[in-house]
Amino acid sequence: MRKTLTALALALAAATPAMAELVVPNLSYRTGPYAPGGIPYADGFNDYFTLLNERDGGIGGEKVVTPECETAYNTEKGVECYEATKGSGALVYNPLSTGITYQLIPKVSADKIPLYTPGYGRTSAANGKVFEWVFNYPANYWDAASVAIKYLLDQNGGDLNGKKIALVYHNSAYGKEPIRTLTELSKKHGYTLIEIPVDHPGQEQKSQWLQIRRDKPDYVLMWGWGVMNAVAIQEAANIKYPMENFIGVWWSGSENDVLPAGDGANGYKSLAMHGTGMDYPVYADLKQYVYDAGKASGAGDQVGSVLYSRGMYAALVISEAIRKAQELAGTSAINAVQLRDGFEQLEITQERMTELGLPNFGQAFKASCEDHGGPGAALIQQWDAAAKKWSLITDFIAPDDEVLVPLVMEDSAAFAAENNIAERCN
Amino acid sequence: MFYREAGDFKTRYVDDAQTFPIRFDRLRYYAVVAVAFGVVPFLINDYWANAVLVPFLIYAIAAIGLNILTGYCGQVSLGTGGFMAVGAYACYKLMTAFPEVSILIHVLLAGGITAAVGVLFGLPSLRIKGFYLAVATLAAQFFLVWLFNKVPWFYNYSASGQISAPERTFLGHAVTGAGTTAAAKYLFCLIILFALAWLARNLTRGTVGRKWMAIRDMDIAAEIIGVNPLTTKLTAFAVSSFYIGVAGALFFSVYLGAVEVGEAFGIQKSFLVLFMIIIGGLGSIFGSFAGAAFLVLLPVLLKNILVGQFGWATDLAAHVELMIVGGLIVIFLIAEPHGLAQLWRLAKEKLRLWPFPH
Repeated sequence: MRKTLTALALALAAATPAMAELVVPNLSYRTGPYAPGGIPYADGFNDYFTLLNERDGGIGGEKVVTPECETAYNTEKGVECYEATKGSGALVYNPLSTGITYQLIPKVSADKIPLYTPGYGRTSAANGKVFEWVFNYPANYWDAASVAIKYLLDQNGGDLNGKKIALVYHNSAYGKEPIRTLTELSKKHGYTLIEIPVDHPGQEQKSQWLQIRRDKPDYVLMWGWGVMNAVAIQEAANIKYPMENFIGVWWSGSENDVLPAGDGANGYKSLAMHGTGMDYPVYADLKQYVYDAGKASGAGDQVGSVLYSRGMYAALVISEAIRKAQELAGTSAINAVQLRDGFEQLEITQERMTELGLPNFGQAFKASCEDHGGPGAALIQQWDAAAKKWSLITDFIAPDDEVLVPLVMEDSAAFAAENNIAERCN
Repeated sequence: MFYREAGDFKTRYVDDAQTFPIRFDRLRYYAVVAVAFGVVPFLINDYWANAVLVPFLIYAIAAIGLNILTGYCGQVSLGTGGFMAVGAYACYKLMTAFPEVSILIHVLLAGGITAAVGVLFGLPSLRIKGFYLAVATLAAQFFLVWLFNKVPWFYNYSASGQISAPERTFLGHAVTGAGTTAAAKYLFCLIILFALAWLARNLTRGTVGRKWMAIRDMDIAAEIIGVNPLTTKLTAFAVSSFYIGVAGALFFSVYLGAVEVGEAFGIQKSFLVLFMIIIGGLGSIFGSFAGAAFLVLLPVLLKNILVGQFGWATDLAAHVELMIVGGLIVIFLIAEPHGLAQLWRLAKEKLRLWPFPH
């Protein structure tokens, strides 16, 4: 054992990455049952920073490096990755896993490193008064649940009384997040919520869909991830569930989820927090500086897909926050604490998105000391199996803040009480 | 050469009965303990504590626990993950209900609660044996995970079903929560592991352990010579579950800080600990350490070599790592079916004769 330890020590000593100017670790997962979601996201994330390095020479003249660490969506490996990378001057973490996020929230708060969790993670982190180091704009799970219900209200002339809505969810922190909101909303709108958990990894869902066939809910919402999504959509097609009444969260709406079900998936809907496809000017630059230069991350076959776009969007927000932090700090070599200020004072307008080559791609938002959650609006997209394309069928729908704000306050207050955190920004 | 036994006379029975009767072994053991307690805490950093040593110590406790049940008493269990979950959730409920009490008390109480649950699920072992018992404990695994997912009381009605460890102290030092130093985490786990390993070693050398082994080797013969299978099997379940519960409590509170039951304590955890004792050696305390070290340290080591040294892509490295670990397990078990502990025993036999084997 001592020999192993010595060897380990030697390996570790030599493994310390070279100190670079701006380090944004990419805690990705390219293996395991969640790889269909992890691969495109990581590729989009890396490619956007590669573009900034190649085209603009980095951000404010500083190159960005994105050392990758494989978590396999596993919390133990996530901790290992966090500890392995935090010593290298890491500026911000984006682990793309709600479970790992829960673990990192206390750690980043102690180590003073921002945690950026767009569209996932702990919803109540939107309350910046309690969660100083965590940012989850532009939208979170409870926004998603509310937007989905609002869309259904819209479809039903503003009345969901007596309707049955089933929630098929990944039986984990991630999948359970929307339950509280959906229960609250069911009191307000009078629908019945049926909770149908699917255990990790979700490759076997016969009994769940049998239940749906028996209960005949009017709508099915899904909080799924990884292989679970594709299996659920296939099962829904098998029981001939009307696809237009089946709505997934934005993590259940990528090409990898619907393609395996073929024509059966036609009409499936999902939420989206940004546009998708390659009809944006930024792709011309990406093609010139990244893909054609042979610098694309991974196999390069995910370009333009929904989750690739999301990884790119996360990288874009981080790069804008870095820019803002550089401006505030008056130096281009910022540290993690300065980057936090950048995140907190970040404003992304439509004009800025157009400048960045992504017009109308995402919603405009402005963060503040209290608000780390953004406006939370989302779009609905629908799958066209014949054209193999997602098309947006609504404009941005704003969530029901009247219900959500008290919930966020209640949950963040519980966290503050558990951890003796005094509220900031007062 | 290494084992110079000439002149090492034993004049009292106590000397013969001690855990390490060979002087060189004894000195080496003292040296390891001295380094573990006296040197490592001063050198340790966050990476070594959180990614390497703390998980190793905690898995070693779990492996010793399972080894007592499976290796010493011969009762196959696939419920380790579920019992670890009992320890974790018991610890969480105690921590949040009695915040002023020392965390050590909570961890030990969590072990006690797990022992009670273990005895309950051990009752069928009086009637069912071997593979059938494995299936019964598998039911415990699934039932417990389902229970902790289903009943919100266990996770204090949190929105996500996650449990998170708040800061709690031991002798005035924080050992859970984000403000914990690497050395505090490491020492807290090390003290518990040291005490429990010492206890396990002495239990297995005494009457209790001999009864366990009698039941393992042939239960009918054991019964005829006066070993009561009821108390013997149930003490094995109780002691084993106590260890596993303590491991689960530490795993949640000290190591991860936040867990969700399906991901952290699923069936794969049961198999992982079972693999540890099979690779390390059934019925050996040293084997539990060796197995835990093999399965915790090797993947981290491989990852650091393949990604850090060779600069491979992370996904390629992850796949190759699985193949290497799998391959090594097969090779080890073919070369020595009784595990790393037996390899060590053979090496020691050879070394005692070296350089003059006859």
